[in-house]
Amino acid sequence: MVAMVNIPETVTAGTVVEVKILISHPMETGFRTGPDGTLVPRNIIPEFRCLYGGEEVFRAEIFPAVAANPFLSFFLRAEQTAEVELLWTDEAGQEHSEARLLTVQ
Amino acid sequence: MIRCVTVLAIGLGTPAAAAGDRQSGYEIMGPELRAMQDDEAANPGMLWVTEGAALWVAPEGAANRSCASCHGDAAQSMAGVAARYPAWNEAGQGPIDLTGRIGLCRTRHQGAAALARDSRALVALAAFVTRQSDGLPIAPDPDPRLAATREKGKALFETRMGQLNLACADCHDDAAGGQLAAATIPQGHPTGYPQYRLQWEGMGGLHRRFENCMSGVRAEPFGAGSPEYIALEAFLMSRAAGLPVEAPAVRP
Ligand code: HEC
Ligand code: HEC
Repeated sequence: MVAMVNIPETVTAGTVVEVKILISHPMETGFRTGPDGTLVPRNIIPEFRCLYGGEEVFRAEIFPAVAANPFLSFFLRAEQTAEVELLWTDEAGQEHSEARLLTVQ
Repeated sequence: MIRCVTVLAIGLGTPAAAAGDRQSGYEIMGPELRAMQDDEAANPGMLWVTEGAALWVAPEGAANRSCASCHGDAAQSMAGVAARYPAWNEAGQGPIDLTGRIGLCRTRHQGAAALARDSRALVALAAFVTRQSDGLPIAPDPDPRLAATREKGKALFETRMGQLNLACADCHDDAAGGQLAAATIPQGHPTGYPQYRLQWEGMGGLHRRFENCMSGVRAEPFGAGSPEYIALEAFLMSRAAGLPVEAPAVRP
């Protein structure tokens, strides 16, 4: 399991919608030693983006101080029925995306 | 009194006289952490619950059966189960905790390889099963064969241990509400396990919490799944009877 996304499904035009996402990720800082005493390589999610109808509406830079399993929430104004895409890649090269259709009435 | 000296040496604050009213560790957390626990969308423990829900329906082992093949809808079959554990295990003729019980179903009923107690999958299954008791009052199993286990747990709870020579009760009965370094000492009720602990950056079971407290007093931990921990768990669940299960709980 990668993430839990929370976005309303149907809203009226102009509504300010809260997007919430909880990402399952260790957010390894690169400063921690493993059981064998060697440093665990850094592996965080340095950047997170949100596209709405293909257009970027939100971007966050994330730093090693952010704890494991990060939670992000932000707002967007619902203007048309379109896909909300959430995209992130970690430093181990794992790419992820989640998409939800936001229906505007 | 030697005990007072020890207590001062590790910096316990003035204990609040908290006798009588029982209080979950939730009550003494700051508003941010309580909000994190209360909001399903923000509670990181829900990641494990969701994983557990997927494992519940996944066929496993030689029997190629899922938990659901035998137990059906967990919302029905598992409601209140976690609130009643540890229970009596007929096959083993002894007490068993929920994690142990799930482990047995996996090996005996699914014919699958045993999972480590602290493995992500077993913690996720336990979190999912416990979720089905969210908000229900802790209701210890009335089986009289469990009485001896609870007695043993009570005795352990009151036994001083480790280089600091402190009993669980010294902190969780006598000093509850006081400060230990940055932490407020809770009454030590097992209302929310497995729990998401920020310090662990992950989810862990009650026995992991016991390990933390035992290493805190520099005692040799009994080990997850040990008869001692199951006894402590059985006693603590009876001591917390009636308090609501928090699934999943969040703690600092
Ligand atoms: C082949 C059928 C079967 C499968 C598959 C199975 N169980 Fe069970 N389970 C049982 C039986 C039978 C019991 C009653 C105790 C016994 O006889 O072992 C039980 C008991 C339990 C209990 C205790 C219920 C109580 O009221 O005390 C829990 C919790 C449980 N199972 C969880 C699971 C989980 C989680 C899985 C999947 C990992 C699972 N079981 C898979 C048959 C099964
Ligand atoms: C020196 C004091 C001290 C001793 C002795 C001690 N604990 Fe704790 N315990 C704590 C503190 C402090 C916390 C809370 C830590 C935190 O939340 O950061 C805690 C937390 C707990 C919790 C978690 C409660 C919750 O809300 O989730 C349980 C259960 C517990 N202890 C059981 C035990 C048991 C069993 C023993 C004996 C084997 C024991 N403790 C010994 C200080 C102690």
